[in-house]
Amino acid sequence: MKHIVKIMSLLVAITAIWISLLQTAMIPQSYTWLLPLYLIVSLGCYGLLMVGVGLMQFPTCPQEALLLQQDVIEAKEFLKHKGVDVGSD
Amino acid sequence: MSQPRNTNLYSIIVPTYNERLNIALIVYLVFKHIPDINFEIIIVDDGSPDGTQDIVKQLQQVYGEDRILLRPRPRKLGLGTAYIHGLKHASGNFVIIMDADLSHHPKYLPQFIKKQMETGASIVTGTRYVTGGGVHGWTLMRKLTSRGANVLAHTLLWPGVSDLTGSFRLYKKSVLEDIISSCVSKGYVFQMEMIVRASRKGYHIEEVPITFVDRVYGSSKLGGSEIVEYLKGLVYLLFTT
Repeated sequence: MKHIVKIMSLLVAITAIWISLLQTAMIPQSYTWLLPLYLIVSLGCYGLLMVGVGLMQFPTCPQEALLLQQDVIEAKEFLKHKGVDVGSD
Repeated sequence: MSQPRNTNLYSIIVPTYNERLNIALIVYLVFKHIPDINFEIIIVDDGSPDGTQDIVKQLQQVYGEDRILLRPRPRKLGLGTAYIHGLKHASGNFVIIMDADLSHHPKYLPQFIKKQMETGASIVTGTRYVTGGGVHGWTLMRKLTSRGANVLAHTLLWPGVSDLTGSFRLYKKSVLEDIISSCVSKGYVFQMEMIVRASRKGYHIEEVPITFVDRVYGSSKLGGSEIVEYLKGLVYLLFTT
């Protein structure tokens, strides 16, 4: 099944629940009408929150850059010795 | 007698364009970090004008032409086809794909191999977004786009892999051959398409943490057009996988 079909069926299911809520009037209709809006707003909040949390916890590794520099020096030394042209650049 | 000998052959495919210094460093580091592993390095050079191929020939003198294979192409023909080209010349039963710009450090190769042997996975992919992994050298803007892209992709595609656009990966050769033929995207999206298609086909995918040091020389750009391409790629994957 294509992924878009999965997402569409999820949306259809949610819409069906919403319509049945409207029909049965379990909660006041004026609230029910606003539910899709709440859903969209909370989806947006979820997205922003995830991006925010991801940014705050973004794993960085400054020490790796230093280790890499050491590796580069070591490799250049070895390769120069073996006659590989790693000179100027 | 503790460990069974690893009799696999690993073909490491490295596409290059103007990486004369980096390719030498990579080759040295690969030999340093997996000395007991049976491997070959396949360098697919897209006609670099800086003499990358001359350096590779010198490296062949040092390490042997059976360990370092130069399989050049006449001009820049794109990343996806570079892998296909390298794959044609690969004789290993496993294929490892890595970038030539030293953002992928060969010291992680043992982890990839170990993880594959422990789990029997079809694909082991390097991830920057878990503990033990990380990125160095990105601006705040670059991090923000990356996180945004990731959240969007996870919400829409449910891929089951934490790092979609990373390209440091180990594949069973047959699996790579199977998925690469159905992938048509370019650039970042190509990496994402590969892993999403593999995940949809039900292949066993494992992850290992890697660190990513952005290239020291030159900048890896991520402009507006890349973002548009990425969004187009997301929609394309929504409808075709």
